[in-house]
Amino acid sequence: MQLVLEKRAERSNAIALISPLIAIGLTLVTMSILFAMLGKNPISALGVYFIDPLVDGYSLQEIAVKATPLVMIAIGLSLCYLANAWNIGAEGQFLIGAVAGSWLAVKTQGTDAGPWVLPAMLLLGAVGGALYGLIPAICKVRFGASEILTSLMLVYVADLLLDYLVRGPWRDPKGFNFPTTAEFDPVATVPVLIEGGRLHLGGVIALVVVAAGAVLLAKTIKGFEIRVVGAAPRAARFGGFNSNQLILLAFAISGALAGMAGIIEVAGPVGHLQPGISPGYGFTAIIVAFLGRLNPIGILIAGLFLALTFIGGEQAQIAMKIPLDVTKVFQGILLFFVLACDSLILYRFKLVFASPKVSRGAH
Amino acid sequence: MKKILIAATAAVLVTGAGLLSASAADKLKIGFIYLGPVGDLGWTYQHDLGRLEMVKEFGDKVETTFLENVSEGPDSERSIEQLARAGNKLIFTTSFGYMEPTLKVAKKYPNVHFEHATGYKRDKNLATYSGRFYEGRYIQGIIAAKMSKSGVLGYIASFPIPEVISGINATMLGAQTINPNIKVKIIWANTWFDPGKEADAAKALIDQGADIIMQHTDSPAAMQVAAERGKLAFGQDSEMIKFGPKAQLTSTMNNWGPYYIQRVKAELDGTWKSEDFWGGLKSKLVVMAPYTNMPDDVKKLAMDTEAAIIEGRLQPFKCPIVGQDGKEVECKGGTHLDDGQVLGMNFYVKGIDEKIPGK
Repeated sequence: MQLVLEKRAERSNAIALISPLIAIGLTLVTMSILFAMLGKNPISALGVYFIDPLVDGYSLQEIAVKATPLVMIAIGLSLCYLANAWNIGAEGQFLIGAVAGSWLAVKTQGTDAGPWVLPAMLLLGAVGGALYGLIPAICKVRFGASEILTSLMLVYVADLLLDYLVRGPWRDPKGFNFPTTAEFDPVATVPVLIEGGRLHLGGVIALVVVAAGAVLLAKTIKGFEIRVVGAAPRAARFGGFNSNQLILLAFAISGALAGMAGIIEVAGPVGHLQPGISPGYGFTAIIVAFLGRLNPIGILIAGLFLALTFIGGEQAQIAMKIPLDVTKVFQGILLFFVLACDSLILYRFKLVFASPKVSRGAH
Repeated sequence: MKKILIAATAAVLVTGAGLLSASAADKLKIGFIYLGPVGDLGWTYQHDLGRLEMVKEFGDKVETTFLENVSEGPDSERSIEQLARAGNKLIFTTSFGYMEPTLKVAKKYPNVHFEHATGYKRDKNLATYSGRFYEGRYIQGIIAAKMSKSGVLGYIASFPIPEVISGINATMLGAQTINPNIKVKIIWANTWFDPGKEADAAKALIDQGADIIMQHTDSPAAMQVAAERGKLAFGQDSEMIKFGPKAQLTSTMNNWGPYYIQRVKAELDGTWKSEDFWGGLKSKLVVMAPYTNMPDDVKKLAMDTEAAIIEGRLQPFKCPIVGQDGKEVECKGGTHLDDGQVLGMNFYVKGIDEKIPGK
């Protein structure tokens, strides 16, 4: 006797839409129990997590700042995943974009270079990320190398390259040997939108990216081809779509967006190049992409929601002395429920009494 | 239904916040930003011990909050600002990478006092503090040279920043007073905290003939390797004797409590000023763990050296100091190198065969 997942014959669209809400509801219930066990009032704890950050202008800005790189990267990743190309290396493309753009900032430092510097940096970041993203894509279409492995391994290469640059050639000469470049000049810095706040131009760029992603997928032939190649490769072949070309395209766009997110982060909130510029954005964005169901608008919402849990978690640490680990547990539980709800909408459990021979042989 | 729930939640929150602020009004709120988890048994753990010691001293007069695992990247500015917005009047940021973010937030909140550990940028409301860890390293060098049979020391270094370089130099200067031909092998782990890497480095050093292991990384992994292999080692940041009861000679421990007490007292008295504090053995910011696993004469020598440093009779960086290139280093402090030269140290002393990475 064994328990198997069986695909449901029909699926309800209404249920599919409210499934994330069910997941969030279940998460809230579970977290309330956890808070109560920690001796905290669940209602005020959930309030600190979810309501306080939303009624305060400062926290709203911070949510947007935190969500910006996540959303930009996730939009690119969703194109890859829709085309059935598994780019796990957005973190590396993010870092290379940061490095490529920073090159110009370091070279023009202290000169009277004009306001062209920042746009050029953003462009360099995008190009750098795209080229870096193309490496695993080319290895896949040329040699059949698994892009999951190659793109992931290139993350570490990017990490070490960045490390080398800020410890060696690009190190701030006045920085006592500490591994960082000097602070970027004002012309090489992403401007903030509201004086005194941290919300920067990158937030606007992220929204543009979301809109462009939505148009690309819904209104263009390339978007259609990407979706067909992923969903029905045979149909795509019959349709005469060049799937290799589409994989290259998806990786290039994905790399470019991750790279631009990287240089925006460095030239914006950080202000200089240093190791540790990404607290794992490239990996968290994978979660954002799936939480948003590979849909641009969904990704925007998912990115903002994940950012909210970070900011709320921090405020819970301050206001209620709830440990940081609880925030991580919280994010884990959320993902667990989202995936569980999704699975149970598409599949149902079934008890099989005589296990099929095929599956026995497979073990 | 949902609306009612939200309204009820909001109501609870508002009353809750009101109660909180009423009871917290006359307490001094103090915030801490930690790099690692409080349970890292090294750098952050020692800062948290310091915080707890300070809380014990002032009891009800203070209320502390800490944020742990704050990465030195784009998140740290927000974390620091969150503490400032939550009403903390004195904020300690306890890692070098928080320098620029602390500076930015300090400019935005002129009425809040900030203290940044191990940095060099100050402002009207931003002080800096750090430890003269090299004083402990000098004593360790003497002990190591006395205890080593092979005449080769193994040194696990983190990053080639002045604090680490000056530690290596102080070790060698101490060791050379006992054995002028002492050698040191250095492995750069390029991390502050990675037990796996640190253990590998310790194994490699022992395989290369080192019989004393010293480290400028934060985990007790190297101590454990030394203990397994029957070698001797020095702890780092905190007391690590339980990881190598037969291996630990001593440990240069960071003792932040007295400093935190002193600064909080100044804040309570209204006498807080921005300054640069660099405390060593004398101010008890650096403390040596008990000298163990060594004969009595070595122990006595170590204690005498410690006393001499505390009384100011002995300067680890006493002139003349000869660099790797054979040239004498300029002596800006009269009889010894001045603080600026130590804080920006970027050369090896004679007797070290290796090269500083990236130089």
